[in-house]
Amino acid sequence: MAKSVQAAGKVAANVALAGIGIAFLVPLLWVLTTSVAQGQTLKVEWPKHLTGANFAHVTTVDILFRPLLNGLVLCGGGTLITVVVAILAAYPLSRYRSRLKRPFLLTILFTTGLPITAIMIPVYAMFTQLNLIDQMWSATVFMGSTALPFGIWLMKNFMDSVPVELEEVAWTDGASSMATLRRIVLPLMWPGVIVVTIFTFIGMWGNFFVPFILLIDPNQLPASVSIFTFFDPQHGGVQYGQLAAFSIFYCIPVAVLYLVMSRKLSGSFALGGALKG
Amino acid sequence: MTASATAERTPAAPETSGAARGTMRGRTIVRGLPLLPAVVLLLIFLAGPIIYCIYYAFTDMQLTGATTTNFVGLANFRKAFGDDQFYNAILQTLIFTVLSAIVGQNLLGLAIALLFRLATKVLRSIVGALVIAAWVVPEIVAGYLMYAFFRDEGSLNEILKFLHLPQQNWLYTLPILAVSLANVWRGTAFSMLVYSAALAEVPAELTEAAAMDGAGVWQRFWHVTLPTIRRSVATNLMLITLQTLSVFGLIFAMTKGGPSNKSTTLPIYTYQTALQNYEIGYGTAMALVLLVIGALFSLVYLRALRPEAD
Repeated sequence: MAKSVQAAGKVAANVALAGIGIAFLVPLLWVLTTSVAQGQTLKVEWPKHLTGANFAHVTTVDILFRPLLNGLVLCGGGTLITVVVAILAAYPLSRYRSRLKRPFLLTILFTTGLPITAIMIPVYAMFTQLNLIDQMWSATVFMGSTALPFGIWLMKNFMDSVPVELEEVAWTDGASSMATLRRIVLPLMWPGVIVVTIFTFIGMWGNFFVPFILLIDPNQLPASVSIFTFFDPQHGGVQYGQLAAFSIFYCIPVAVLYLVMSRKLSGSFALGGALKG
Repeated sequence: MTASATAERTPAAPETSGAARGTMRGRTIVRGLPLLPAVVLLLIFLAGPIIYCIYYAFTDMQLTGATTTNFVGLANFRKAFGDDQFYNAILQTLIFTVLSAIVGQNLLGLAIALLFRLATKVLRSIVGALVIAAWVVPEIVAGYLMYAFFRDEGSLNEILKFLHLPQQNWLYTLPILAVSLANVWRGTAFSMLVYSAALAEVPAELTEAAAMDGAGVWQRFWHVTLPTIRRSVATNLMLITLQTLSVFGLIFAMTKGGPSNKSTTLPIYTYQTALQNYEIGYGTAMALVLLVIGALFSLVYLRALRPEAD
């Protein structure tokens, strides 16, 4: 009796989950069918004539490769800044006691969700006044800084899970705290570093607003902004087929990063320890 | 252990060492040194703009021409609170945040995480991958995917037609619902990951013991599971609420705030005011209101986190 109830529960769970899966799949289908279709359609339907023309049209330096490279420079650089600075900042926060620690961490937690849209106007004014507008490096540093609160907070929680006893041995041997960080703590928390890297990069790669405001020269725009050119009415209406093909290329770096790095996380996404608050 | 005993004598000992604590001020500074790059970047790029934001909000700054900027006191706020569009933007922001984050992403993420514990492994991996795919797709692409899904001749209406259900032009009649559902589609992965991890840490003995005592599925969830993952719930709610409050690209790509401002949230309205109409002072005043709304939500969640918060 109880067994059959349990079995029925399992079937119901599978059915419900399958339904949710389909709901998540349907919107994604459009990009696949449209990218190989002739003509411009917004419908999900299997194209009557398959064509590679959309892919051929977008694989040029101006349309695809330069924006992707700009994005890699901008987001790769920004992620590097976030991860390195967050590791450094997490160490004292995780290892030492201080009266300032709790207020600092609470501020960080609040800043984590700070609506970046809200501060972009003063940032724009500041960048214009200091002549930092339309410069790749300043936009990169800004992207890195905005991701810092979340990075520091996650990194600190991952670092907390590395037992401090291991370092104490090294300290008695006269190793400096930076040396123990590099040789003992970091090797033990690679999964944490990987999670922070993925989160940071994905967030930046999809970020449209910040580069949209801070960069002007079309040659410097990352793919998240240049994708708007497919909607330019000057090019004769929206080129949905090309947009779809471009979107597929655009998603590849993120998908590759996610696949490569999540493999190293030994199956489960090691998020639990870091998100308890 | 000997390790902690020797640590008492070393100068760089961590918080376990009581003897070394609170002595030399110089050492505290050296210990805090690795924080410096983070503090500098945060001060320049986050604290600075927030302070500027507060300052601009009390001026009549404009981007057009070389007009001087004057201190105008509370005029921008008075203007905002007398502006129907502003009230509309706050209302749309709250609807969007409650619908898509607090209800949508949060509950759906929890539901998926709970279903994962019952479902077969194959289905679990496939659905997990699909949900994460929606999250990995960059914001602007997600916006267009969702535009294609909800528009008049879009997939949703095709499906409804197939099911003989009434169709409508979603982006025209219910744009805020459409963008909210779009945000659920895009953002649920985060809650799913958080809750999967949190549920994995609920001790099986607890739920088993409750089952022995005759607790039903709902009672076990309500009285055992939920209190155990309480802190994850609060952290997750805080993060997704604050992220959702500032969503711009998704809405901008789908509706641009329209039609007739029916999906104009505060970030969209701020953008229109400050960077399309160049009324910087007025725009930042509204941005400040957005910050305050975020802070109010945070206070509620921080209360839930407080008893054992680090």
